[in-house]
Amino acid sequence: MLLEVRDLQTKFFTVDGVVNAVNGISYSVDRGECLAIVGESGSGKTVGVLSILQLVPSPPGRIVGGQITFKGTDLLSMSPKALRGIRGNEIAFVFQDPMTSLNPVMRIGAQIAESLTAHGGMTRRQARTRTVELLSLVGIPNPASRLNDYPHQFSGGMRQRVMIAMALSCSPELIIADEPTTALDVTIQAQIVELVKQLQAEMGTAIIWISHDLGVVARLADRVAVMYAGYIVEQAPVDELYARPAHPYTRGLLNSLPRLDSKVKTKLEAIKGLPPNLTAPPPGCPFVPRCAYATDRCRIHNPPLAEVGAKHAVACWNHLLKPQVTP
Amino acid sequence: MNEKALVQVNQLKMYFPTRAGSFLNRTTGYIKAVDGISLEIRRGETLGLVGESGCGKSTAGRAILQLYRPTGGEVIFRGSDLARQSAPELRRARRHMQMIFQDPYASLNPNMRVSEIVARPLRVHGMVANKAEETRRVTDLMTKVGLNPSLRDRYPHEFSGGQRQRIGIARALATSPDFIVCDEPISALDVSIQAQIVNLLEELREELQLTYLFIAHDLSMVRYISTRIAVMYLGKLMELTSSAELYENPLHPYTRALLSAIPIPDPPLERQRQRIILRGDLPSPANPPSGCNFSTRCPLAQEICRRVEPEFRQVEPGHWAACHLV
Repeated sequence: MLLEVRDLQTKFFTVDGVVNAVNGISYSVDRGECLAIVGESGSGKTVGVLSILQLVPSPPGRIVGGQITFKGTDLLSMSPKALRGIRGNEIAFVFQDPMTSLNPVMRIGAQIAESLTAHGGMTRRQARTRTVELLSLVGIPNPASRLNDYPHQFSGGMRQRVMIAMALSCSPELIIADEPTTALDVTIQAQIVELVKQLQAEMGTAIIWISHDLGVVARLADRVAVMYAGYIVEQAPVDELYARPAHPYTRGLLNSLPRLDSKVKTKLEAIKGLPPNLTAPPPGCPFVPRCAYATDRCRIHNPPLAEVGAKHAVACWNHLLKPQVTP
Repeated sequence: MNEKALVQVNQLKMYFPTRAGSFLNRTTGYIKAVDGISLEIRRGETLGLVGESGCGKSTAGRAILQLYRPTGGEVIFRGSDLARQSAPELRRARRHMQMIFQDPYASLNPNMRVSEIVARPLRVHGMVANKAEETRRVTDLMTKVGLNPSLRDRYPHEFSGGQRQRIGIARALATSPDFIVCDEPISALDVSIQAQIVNLLEELREELQLTYLFIAHDLSMVRYISTRIAVMYLGKLMELTSSAELYENPLHPYTRALLSAIPIPDPPLERQRQRIILRGDLPSPANPPSGCNFSTRCPLAQEICRRVEPEFRQVEPGHWAACHLV
């Protein structure tokens, strides 16, 4: 086990009240594995992974509970200095928007070399050679001549490749990618997804891939965790999740997507209503107001994540794999 | 002109000048955002217009509605060429053609109440005689798009993204138009909300006999909602056919690459699919390549493709493509 997150809770203490962004989520990532975390905006998927390296802006954010174990050490009790040795070195981030996460007034070569000299203890000349290698690894043409370019001289897809090169620079064991292809066009997205798949196979890096796109996740993930209102509501190996979704929300998401390969046109099954307000979540299961299967029990007690099959867990009292009782 | 066509677009061009020099402000060249597209939009259909960012699809939609005055070409709607109409004539024509915008946060005036936003087009076009009639129309419109009319006095910021898009739809419907340009109406919304809006647009089209130009980059959603689909690349049309035909028998290499790049939410199928990965990025529309615009990224490009621009022609009945190799 490379990373284990147990009962993580992160809250934001704002003037408008306490926002319960992450409400006790648990998951693990094995070496070389790709775990996708799926959810809509506001589901807590980004805050959940930012908490791993204590990157949640504080105040107002605070991790109020849980344990995060990386290679046997607890990250939450680590000193800021020790944590800096892990960030970018053993666990690296790729963010959604490469334009805002690259420094606009720093040359690309210098930005990548910075982490190599800081973490890898390389000389500037060694770092420069390695930077050229990294840029060519992620498919940037003429890498040596592009070291002196600034971020604005790269296209969106090329900038995301630079971000991936930076993430790979210290050969991390885990890369956390937060919606890395959302800002890109589909043909460029396909380039980046294939690149990540290939790098993962070659280097054996584990990946946490955060996305709202169930298509990309189908292509890339080994396992999937579905988040809703700060909870993991379902977790399963990728084939199992798509073939036998157990949570009404997961099934709703899958049924609300039109498929490119469908022959007949059936009406899209929209999930009615809106996600809940995280400042004043309803008691019981957070999906109740939008759920067609809700009962009185759901309105009072929030269901725990429970096993329903091999490596398949769901947080639902009336999940869809249960033998259905006819009323 | 085909009698079924509600809108006929011929050789539409929209160029934006690029300027240099702060004092003399010379025009140094043109960005050819839309470079000679021709298509018809048939009464009662949804014509999908797809392409990647920067291909000119939104500009085309705006130029059709005369939100930009086109550089060249004609847009024939209700029997006359909009591109040649005077401002007052155009204002009268706008009653019959409306737009739904991409960003529900930027396209609603934050200082206006919902009732004012929805009633504004009615007042501008003199379609209501008095306040009581206006109130009744606003109530009807809000109900029609699934908003509770009791929320009429709220401001846009009090609504979620999906609800705001419903307000934008109610505003577009206010003047009972025939033709609506939907410019990426769902791309700013969450997955679970997208289907709600798409279903609403479909119901309204049937009920009110609307005709849509549906602009989007999400080809799976476009295939779902459209009768026919036009594929754009770098200011030009690459292919146009029925939505089933486009998926089953794509002729243009760009359409094929675009289709293969779209992931399908089915893991075993995804592992088997062959991808056509395009190399490189979109060229700049200020300096398009010679010959076929797609030749710099096309996996099949021949010598002729770099020299001669292919004609957009009918390859099979109802199926147009611009490629030397089909």
